[in-house]
Amino acid sequence: MEWETVIGLEVHVQLATRSKIFSGSSTAFGAEPNTQACAIDLAMPGTLPTVNAEAFRMATMFGLAINAEINRRSIFERKNYFYPDLPKGYQTTQLASPIVGAGYLDLTLSNGETKRVRIHHAHLEEDAGKSLHEDFHGMSGIDLNRAGTPLIEVVTEPDMRSAEEAVAFAKKLHGLVTSLGICDGDMSQGSMRFDVNISVRPKGQEKLGTRTETKNLNSFKFMEEAIELEIERQIDVLESGGKIVQETRLYNGDTKKARSMRTKEDSNDYRYFPCPDLLPVVLDDAFIEDVRRQMPELPEAKRARYIAELGLPEYDASILSSDAATAAYFEEAAQLSGKPKLAANWVMVELAAQLNRQELTIQQSPISAAALAGLIRRLDDGTISSKMAKIVFEAMWNGEGDADTVIETKGLKQVSDTGALEKIVDDIIANNPQQVANYRSAAEDKRPKMLGFFVGQAMKASKGQANPQELNRILLEKLGG
Amino acid sequence: MHNLTIAQMIRELRQKTFSSVELTEHFLARIERLDSNYNSFVTVTREQALQQARQADARLAAGNAPALCGIPLAHKDIFCTTGVRTSCGSKMLDNFVPPYDATIVENYLRDGVVMLGKTNMDEFAMGSSNETSYYGPVKNPWALNCVPGGSSGGSAASVAARITPAATASDTGGSIRQPASLCGITGIKPTYGRVSRWGMIAFASSLDQAGLMTRTAEDAALLLNTMASFDAKDSTCVDEPIPDYTATLNESLSGLRIGVPKEYFGEGLNEGTARAVEDAIKTFEKLGASVHSVSLPHSHIAVPAYYVIAPAECSANLSRFDGVRYGYRCANPQSLEDLYKRSRSEGFGEEVKRRIMVGCYALSAGYYDAYYAKAQKARRLIKQDFVDAFKTVDVIMGPTAPSPAFEFGAKSKDPVAMYLEDIYTIATNLAGLPGMSIPCGLVDDKPVGLQIIGNYFAEARMLNIAHQFQQNTQFHDLAPAGI
Repeated sequence: MEWETVIGLEVHVQLATRSKIFSGSSTAFGAEPNTQACAIDLAMPGTLPTVNAEAFRMATMFGLAINAEINRRSIFERKNYFYPDLPKGYQTTQLASPIVGAGYLDLTLSNGETKRVRIHHAHLEEDAGKSLHEDFHGMSGIDLNRAGTPLIEVVTEPDMRSAEEAVAFAKKLHGLVTSLGICDGDMSQGSMRFDVNISVRPKGQEKLGTRTETKNLNSFKFMEEAIELEIERQIDVLESGGKIVQETRLYNGDTKKARSMRTKEDSNDYRYFPCPDLLPVVLDDAFIEDVRRQMPELPEAKRARYIAELGLPEYDASILSSDAATAAYFEEAAQLSGKPKLAANWVMVELAAQLNRQELTIQQSPISAAALAGLIRRLDDGTISSKMAKIVFEAMWNGEGDADTVIETKGLKQVSDTGALEKIVDDIIANNPQQVANYRSAAEDKRPKMLGFFVGQAMKASKGQANPQELNRILLEKLGG
Repeated sequence: MHNLTIAQMIRELRQKTFSSVELTEHFLARIERLDSNYNSFVTVTREQALQQARQADARLAAGNAPALCGIPLAHKDIFCTTGVRTSCGSKMLDNFVPPYDATIVENYLRDGVVMLGKTNMDEFAMGSSNETSYYGPVKNPWALNCVPGGSSGGSAASVAARITPAATASDTGGSIRQPASLCGITGIKPTYGRVSRWGMIAFASSLDQAGLMTRTAEDAALLLNTMASFDAKDSTCVDEPIPDYTATLNESLSGLRIGVPKEYFGEGLNEGTARAVEDAIKTFEKLGASVHSVSLPHSHIAVPAYYVIAPAECSANLSRFDGVRYGYRCANPQSLEDLYKRSRSEGFGEEVKRRIMVGCYALSAGYYDAYYAKAQKARRLIKQDFVDAFKTVDVIMGPTAPSPAFEFGAKSKDPVAMYLEDIYTIATNLAGLPGMSIPCGLVDDKPVGLQIIGNYFAEARMLNIAHQFQQNTQFHDLAPAGI
C-alpha cells in the first residue's frame, strides 16, 4: 500500500527579552542554578505576576511576519499540573484567546516548488525550570533560572507531508524569528524546541490516522531522523495489522532510537481557567502599527533586495537571506569589499565548509566579516590569485592574522610589476630559442596550446606569483604573435 | 489608654500625653495579659514593636511625622512580613518566614505605624468562624463560648477586646464584615483593586481584598489613607485617585438615598438582627436620608456561584504549596508523588482540602461549563443587579450576618450552614464592590452589624455615612463585659 505522511509542528520559541514574562529576573542563559529566580519565579506566597510588555511586542512582530491577525484582547490562563520545576503548580499560558491568530509561511522546496504551511495560532506562555537528575545522589536538583522565560508556542496545521517539508518549515521559522531578532535561535541551548505530530494514512484517504507526538527535538538533523524513524515505525505497525497508539515519544539523537514516554490514557486534565491575577491584555491599533513600523527586514525582502540591488543569483540570495546571522555577515563582507558576488561565494563555499567541519555557528567564525572583506579586496585588486586566496583563507582561519599580514609573511604577493615580468619573459625567450622558433612558425590555431609551455616556465621562475593575466599579455607581445 | 480611638491617640501623641513606646508597651502588656482568653494573636513581635515605637517617637519629636506615626496596629497573618513568620493560619506555613513585605505592610512601615504582631485567622482565610485555624479557634470577647466569625476572627476579636487599636484584615466573601458584625466593631472591605494584593497570600485572587478592622469609621478612614495605594506589582490594582478619606467624614447625609434590598430580609435572618438593622436605617432617615426598596434579584445564586469560583481559584492558588521549596514537607518522602501527597494531606486542614477538591471538580474536563462557566455567568448577573440598583440609590444597606455570634461547633460539622453565614456579604465580593459593617445593636447581649454597600470607589462616602451614624449613636462604644 502507498502511505501518505501527515505532519504538524508545535514549536516553542524562547523570546529574547531581557527579563522574564511575569517578573523582573534576567533571562540570560548559563548562570549558576537558581541565581536568576526571584520570589515571583519561586512562587513564594503572596507574590503576583505582572506582564512584560516586550514579550507582547515580540509576539506581535511574529504575528505580523506570518500575516496573522493579532488578537486585540488576549487572555492568560492557568494550566494546572504538578511538577517540581513548575513552581506555581500551574503554567501561565494562553488557550482560548491567544495573541496571534491564524497565519502562514510559504516554503521553497528543493524541487523549486512553493508550499504553504498554515499556522493555526501562536500563544504566549512561560517556560518551566529544569530538573537536574545527575550529581544529586539519587535525588533531583531543581534549577529555576529558566522558569518564567517568555515563549511563544507556534502551532501549525497538519500541512506537511514529509520530513523534508517539516525541516524546511523549521528552518524557515528559525530564519524568521532570528531575522526579527525575537529569538537567538540557539537550538542547542533550547531556544527553539520542536514537537512533531506525525500520522500516516493510505494515500487518497481523507481521514487522518492516529498521531503520535515526538517531543523536544533540538536540532534540524534530529528532527529529520526522528520523523523518518517514526514514519517507518508507523507504517510497519500498520502493515503488520497493528494499531497506532496515541502517545508522546522521545527521540534520542545519540542512540538514534525513540521510545514511548506516555500514552493518552495517562494524560492530565489540565483544568485550564483564566488567570485571575492578570487582566486581559488589550492591544490597540496604535501599538500594532508601532510594532509594524519597527519590524526589521524579513528574509523574503532581503532575498529580493540581494537579487535586485546586489545582483546575486536567486540561489545565493535565498541561502544568504534565510538566516539572520548569515545575512548580517554576508552584508558586512559585501559592503566592506564592494564585491557582493565574491562575498557571496566565499560565505557560501569556503566559510560554510569550514564552519560545518568544525561545527561552529557563523557568529563563532574565527574570520570576521571585515577580515573576509579584506581578503576579497586583495583577490579583487589582483594582489593574490584565487588559488593563493584559499591558502590565505586557511591561514586566517588558523589565526595567523589578517589577509595583508598573511600575504606579507608568506610572501604570496602576486607579481604584476610589468618590468619584473618582462625580465622573466625576456630570459625565457633567450634560454629557449628552439621553442620560440617553433611557436613563431606554428599556425595561429595551434599557438594557444603551445603558449602553455612559456606560461609554465614563467610561473616556475616567479615561484607561482606572476599575475596570470599580465603574464599572458607580455608573453603574447614578446613572442610577437 | 486602650479605650482611646486612633484619632484620639494621634492627638495625644502630639500633645506628649504619652509616647509611642508607652502606647505600644500598654497594648503589648494587654496582649500578654489577656490574649490567652481569646487566642487572637499567633505571633507577638514585642522587640520589633518597641524598636519601631522608639523610631516613631524620634520622628514625632522631629516634627512633620505622618498622621499614623507611632500608632500600634496588628496585621492579619495573611500579610507577608519580612523576617516574621507568616502562617496564614496553616500548618503548611508554620515555618514560613517571608523575605519581603506585603505592600500594605510596607505602606504602614513607611508611615511609622508600629506592628504589634500577627493575628489568628481561618486557615488560608477559608472559614466563617475561625475554627479552621491550625493555631486553634479564636474566642469572641463578647461571649467566650462563641465564635468571633471568620476568616479575620483574630483581627476582629483583638480590636473588640481592645488589645490592639486596630488590625488589618482581608475579605474574600465576608471575612472582614462578618467578624466585625459578630465582634461589634467597624470593618471595611474596599473596592476590589483599591488596595494592593501584593504580599497577601492568595485564597481566591479575583475576590480577595485587604481592608481594616477598627472601632470607629473615623479610625478606618485614617488607616485607609495609608493602606490604599496604586501598586504596579499587582496587575489588578486600579490606578484611581485616592482621596483623603477623613476629609468628607463630616458631610451631611441630607438627601442621601439608601437602597434596602428586600432579598436581604427573608428567611434565615434572625429577628433581633432584622430589628436592629431596621432601627439603624430609621436613624439615617432622621439624619436626612431617604429609604427606597431595591431589588437584587440574583441574590439567591451568589452563594452557589461563590462556592464554585472561590474554590476553583484556590485549587490553583494553593498548588504552590507542594513541599518542594518552602513550607511543610512530610517526613522521609519515598518518591515525588509521595512527597506531594503526604505534604499536602498533612499540611492542609479539612476545610482547605474540601475547597481544593471542589475547585478541581468544578474545573475538570466535562464539568467546566456546568460549573465554572455558569458561575461566571451568574457573577455577571449579580454585578449587573448592583449596577442597576446604584442607578437609583447612593448606598445599599442591610444586615451583615444572619445572626449574632454562634457557639463553637454549632456549624463546623455542616459546611453549607457555615457557608450561609456569608449570604449577605458574598455578592459584593463577586461584584467587586466596597462594603462595611458597623455595630448597630445587641441581640442576646451579642453585637450585630449593619452592612453598608457602596458604589465602586465610594469608600469616602461610605465612611462619611458610617461616621455620621456613629456621631449619633453609641453602639460602637459598647465593649464586651470586663473590658
